[in-house]
Amino acid sequence: MRIELVKRKEHSRTMALLSPLIAVALTALSAAILFSITGHNPLIGLYKFFIEPLTQQWSLEATIDKATPLILIGCGLAVCYLSNNWNIGAEGQFVVGALFGSALPILFPSFENVITLPLMLLFGAIGGALWALIPALLKTRFNTNEILTSLMLVYVAGLLLDYLVRGPWRDPDGYNFPESRIFSDAATLPEVFGGAMSLSAPITIIIAIVLAIVLAKTLKGFEIRVMGESPRAGSFAGFSAKRLTLFSFAIAGALAGLAGTMEVSGALNQLLPSISPGYGFTAIIVAFLGRLNPIGIIIAGFVLALSYIGGEGVQSAMGVSNEIASVIQGLLLFFVLACDTLILYRIRMVSRRVPTGETSHV
Amino acid sequence: MFEAVLLTVITAATPLLIAAVGELVVERSGVLNLGVEGMMIMGAVIGFAVANQTGSGSLGVVAAVVAGMAMSALFAFLVLFLVANQVATGLALTILGIGLSGMIGEAFIGVPGLDLPQLYIPVLSEIPFIGPVFFQQDALVYLSFALVAVVAYCLFRTRLGLVLRAVGDNHGSAHALGYSVLKVRFMAILFGGACAGLAGAYLSLAYTPQWVENMTAGRGWIALALVVFSSWLPLRVVVGAYLFGAVSVLNLHAQALEFDIPSQLLSSLPYLATIGVLVLISANRRLTLVNTPACLGKPFVPDR
Repeated sequence: MRIELVKRKEHSRTMALLSPLIAVALTALSAAILFSITGHNPLIGLYKFFIEPLTQQWSLEATIDKATPLILIGCGLAVCYLSNNWNIGAEGQFVVGALFGSALPILFPSFENVITLPLMLLFGAIGGALWALIPALLKTRFNTNEILTSLMLVYVAGLLLDYLVRGPWRDPDGYNFPESRIFSDAATLPEVFGGAMSLSAPITIIIAIVLAIVLAKTLKGFEIRVMGESPRAGSFAGFSAKRLTLFSFAIAGALAGLAGTMEVSGALNQLLPSISPGYGFTAIIVAFLGRLNPIGIIIAGFVLALSYIGGEGVQSAMGVSNEIASVIQGLLLFFVLACDTLILYRIRMVSRRVPTGETSHV
Repeated sequence: MFEAVLLTVITAATPLLIAAVGELVVERSGVLNLGVEGMMIMGAVIGFAVANQTGSGSLGVVAAVVAGMAMSALFAFLVLFLVANQVATGLALTILGIGLSGMIGEAFIGVPGLDLPQLYIPVLSEIPFIGPVFFQQDALVYLSFALVAVVAYCLFRTRLGLVLRAVGDNHGSAHALGYSVLKVRFMAILFGGACAGLAGAYLSLAYTPQWVENMTAGRGWIALALVVFSSWLPLRVVVGAYLFGAVSVLNLHAQALEFDIPSQLLSSLPYLATIGVLVLISANRRLTLVNTPACLGKPFVPDR
């Protein structure tokens, strides 16, 4: 017996829907094995990790808080990946966006009125977009590999944040702690639905839905998909690959920057030396698990957010290292990519005795 | 002073050199494995853990190589057998490696490591200046140069290298000639994994003999950039690795000289230099087009 992949005549629509589910199931199975290996009860582990966060109000709210930036960044990355632009520097765009957004409340703390917050969000989006345009411009101008440059800028952005909160932007009344001043009320993102979530959650959902419509129904969405699947065909239609590279990076950067500003304004209320538990990288997994579709990404964002909360849960309840969360995230991406094969290929068992030459040309 | 600086450059350059040479072979076979960082950090943690448990640095190095190969085998299964997207799978490998290493390494944080034995070459090592710099290094430094020489020779002077380059440049023709594209690529990926694991072991056993979370700090990515910098030629990787080694130790020495520059700016120099170098190399279309493996990143599905 041998296992062989046979190309399907066309994409399997069933598998396109099923493959993320299969991937999540396989990840849960691996997580159970991981719990067993580390000497814990796998069933309790799975329950604490995947189910318990959904049963209590505080943990549900925490899950929404974590899902919001993941969804927003993931949506932007989907635009990049659909058009075959490999932006993996969203973490840096998130940070620089947060820096631009925080400039107003930190440098002009007395500027408090109704437009403070909208201006911050605008600056955040601009900052993220500018940071993302660096690798995009280098790609279109000099043919530089955008994967490497966008990633290198993540480290630079992290060091820039570190410099600012320890140096010029440190809170003058903060006893030398490496943190900025705390934002005023006018610069703080309000909570909605009776304090259940920050305003960032509804903003994110609206952006995701708008993006879903743009991708599915407009010419721009068509351009993005065509250029990703067949740049040659796209260029005959008059689409410019370079312009699209700049466009997709700018969108991804703007959304990541917006997420960064909403995180510091809504959740942290100040700048700290580290403002993200790797949202920019986890969002890559979110984008793929959501099959690069904004609506899928909303669901995928919740699944990955669960892994943050679940990771903390199993750590406090069972003493499992909370690194297990990032292991499970990594495994999930592996399974998602592996299961995507099922969309294009069928798995067939081949008996050894049948000569392969005869079976393939039926 | 100069001697001390040179010694730190060598230790900073060696892991970059080892990892980059491995990835160069992978890319020459037409596969882009972006998981170098993940394989490297797994090598670092497994190497440290095994050396710590057994008390033998050499066993640690061997275990690190095996760990790197195991990670790369996972990658190979996905991209070769399941025809998964190479970029995304490489990213997955990095994310998984960082997570796994953090989990395994938790027990070893703050545990003192053991030094790799230095290999002093008799007589030669006693020459002033030249001796300490060239003939008093740990075994892995010598190994890194041997590795470059062997890879350079095999790639361009042997049949094996010819087949490997053929597979990377035109997998269709190589297949038609009867070479197993997938088998060649699988071997190349394993070699790359072994090198990345070795580079990781160098970090946790020789560079800073201890385990620190995320201690690779982007070196796997810089190694990837070095392959582009070298335009896929092994000897140029040496130049690149030592250039980057020099840039990355600038931080330490500049602080000792008390320049009035924020330390964060100095720390970001290796990353900025990577971007600068990539721009310079990529802007030169002729240089990159000649040597870039034509099938780099393209999946191969044999029609049966």
